[in-house]
Amino acid sequence: MASITLKDLVKAYGDTEVLHHIDGQIEDGEFVVIVGPSGCGKSTLLRMVAGLETVTGGEIHIGDRVVNELEPADRDIAMVFQNYALYPHMSVRENMAYGLKIRKISKDEINRRVEEAADILEIRPYLERKPRQLSGGQRQRVAMGRAIVRDPQVFLFDEPLSNLDAKLRVQMRLEIRKLQQKLGVTSIYVTHDQVEAMTLGDRLMVLNGGYVEQFGTPIELYDRPETMFVAGFIGSPAMNFLPAEVANGVTTLSNGAQLGVAQGQGNVVLGVRPEHLEPQEDGAIEVQVQLMEQLGANTLLHGALKGTDTEMVVSLPGHVTAAPGTEMKFGAAPENMHFFAPDTQKRIE
Amino acid sequence: MLKRVHFPSSALPFLLVAPQIIITLVFFIWPAAQAIYQSFLIEDAFGLSTEFVWFENFQILFQDKQYLATFWRTLFFSAAVAILSMSIALILAAFADRVVRGATAYRTLMIWPYAVAPVLAGALWVFMFNPTLGIFPFLLDMVGLDWNHYLKGSHAMMLVIFAAAWKQIAYNFLFYLAAMQSIPRSVIEAAAIDGAGPVRRFKDLIFPLISPTTFFLLVINAVYAFFDTFGIIHAVTQGGPANSTTILVYKVFNDGFVGLDLGGSAAQSVILMFLVITMTVVQFRYVERKVEY
Ligand SMILES: Nc1ncnc2c1ncn2[C@@H]1O[C@H](COP(=O)(O)OP(=O)(O)OP(=O)(O)O)[C@@H](O)[C@H]1O
Ligand SMILES: [Mg+2]
Repeated sequence: MASITLKDLVKAYGDTEVLHHIDGQIEDGEFVVIVGPSGCGKSTLLRMVAGLETVTGGEIHIGDRVVNELEPADRDIAMVFQNYALYPHMSVRENMAYGLKIRKISKDEINRRVEEAADILEIRPYLERKPRQLSGGQRQRVAMGRAIVRDPQVFLFDEPLSNLDAKLRVQMRLEIRKLQQKLGVTSIYVTHDQVEAMTLGDRLMVLNGGYVEQFGTPIELYDRPETMFVAGFIGSPAMNFLPAEVANGVTTLSNGAQLGVAQGQGNVVLGVRPEHLEPQEDGAIEVQVQLMEQLGANTLLHGALKGTDTEMVVSLPGHVTAAPGTEMKFGAAPENMHFFAPDTQKRIE
Repeated sequence: MLKRVHFPSSALPFLLVAPQIIITLVFFIWPAAQAIYQSFLIEDAFGLSTEFVWFENFQILFQDKQYLATFWRTLFFSAAVAILSMSIALILAAFADRVVRGATAYRTLMIWPYAVAPVLAGALWVFMFNPTLGIFPFLLDMVGLDWNHYLKGSHAMMLVIFAAAWKQIAYNFLFYLAAMQSIPRSVIEAAAIDGAGPVRRFKDLIFPLISPTTFFLLVINAVYAFFDTFGIIHAVTQGGPANSTTILVYKVFNDGFVGLDLGGSAAQSVILMFLVITMTVVQFRYVERKVEY
């Protein structure tokens, strides 16, 4: 087991810097999810930890070693790839045993470990099959099996579930979590799916355009997003952003409505999550409903802030009916109102 | 009810395929038929009369020690050319697969030998290995080797093998490189993480995964060495010294146009024809197997 430290990590392809001065500390046994939109550099970061990409600047520590110059083989890591990357001409057993065979572990020991892993992952019946004779979910398990038989210090996952259908994804997500807790191996997991990120990670590193936006527990990210990006990225449906102006402790929305809660001064952006808007008789946030989505457990109202074209979404528990054109008043608890500076996009305290 | 589509029959489709059919008939089918017919004939020494003898030409051939020796020589030559050019191409491709910078220039240079006409390729090697003027005999002389392919059969054989293999490297290289690049990068990376070094990855992964290409190239190279090396041999050794580099195609030419044994030569070409048909069938049947990733 080992901790991982990223120090001032930079990656550039030629003149284009794709990762900018990343810092972070991943504790021993922790499950960290790197999440962000497509192209933000998640895979690149993971591959640098794996040793598949060179480090342009900064340091990566695994345990107490600086691994910048080490070959992937010498880093004592295992990786699960998005496309599984199984060896097509080898049976499941050989796929799982390959890393052990290279390390010159005895035949009996290899068989014992492969079978043990196969039992954990319930792929025992497929051991003699070739990868092409397996379903996507089974291949995924084999890829996981190949990682766990090695008993490495670190697991790296690069979007391992994105090729599976929705139901299987949920199931495998739980299994990965259980497995990681059981084995207690430090893990880094890359995904662009925020639900996957929230459910899996002890902590989340939100990346955007090669910068770390925030690194914290799922609840921290949800309750106190540090930037507008994180606020909009975490949570579904996404947070509402309302342009507003603050003066003398009063927030004035763009339609002139006033709220008694305020942070900062001058132009701000007020962020409120759809599920934090509550219908109130004297609520200051008035929404003109345009569309209603009934999801059973809750109802989504799509509309605009009255008198403006600022789009808004409200999520109400249970069944609510509201005809298009209806105007409804909402309020929110002060701790659920987030203020951001429009220029820096950062949270205002 | 299924409705059938009826096309009004017209001459147009026949007209469109006619050029292809005519070319095939005139340049392939007719000469092949001629060769088969001729292989059943024996002409007397003065060319005054011909006699239809059924398979006598073939009988003579199979009892002819020289013909059988040529047969084995051809097998050896083909195997040597295929193995040599494929191994070199494989090594070059393995390196090119790892090259990132300047890869295009490298690949362009690699393909040039393929564009050289066989006779010119032969001429090039003749000059380089000329016992009195060539650069290689000069260098070999320094390590005490006396190179003379005009006198020594083994030297002549080596020279035609080199020349024929050299010309085929580019072709093999391209196929090997394409095969290697179609292996998903992540499979190789997974092996690297599993602890396999470059040599081990080549042995355990790359080579088995490109085995369909190896098989395909083996057939292609064998066909090439059997049938397309006439130009090289004609330019380099003319089959000599003492027939030591006479392979089957060269013997067809030699017996027919130099020795004027038209019936025997035709019988040889018919045998070659069946060989090439067999190899083509093998190629079509087994080469289409693919690796699924
Ligand atoms: N070999 C390369 N040369 C140049 N730029 C590259 C290279 N590989 C990746 N990039 C760039 O680096 C950035 C990050 O790529 P990366 O693959 O890490 O994204 P990602 O976050 O994993 O996205 P996705 O969710 O789509 O997988 C992208 O803008 C990409 O264009
Ligand atoms: Mg990626």
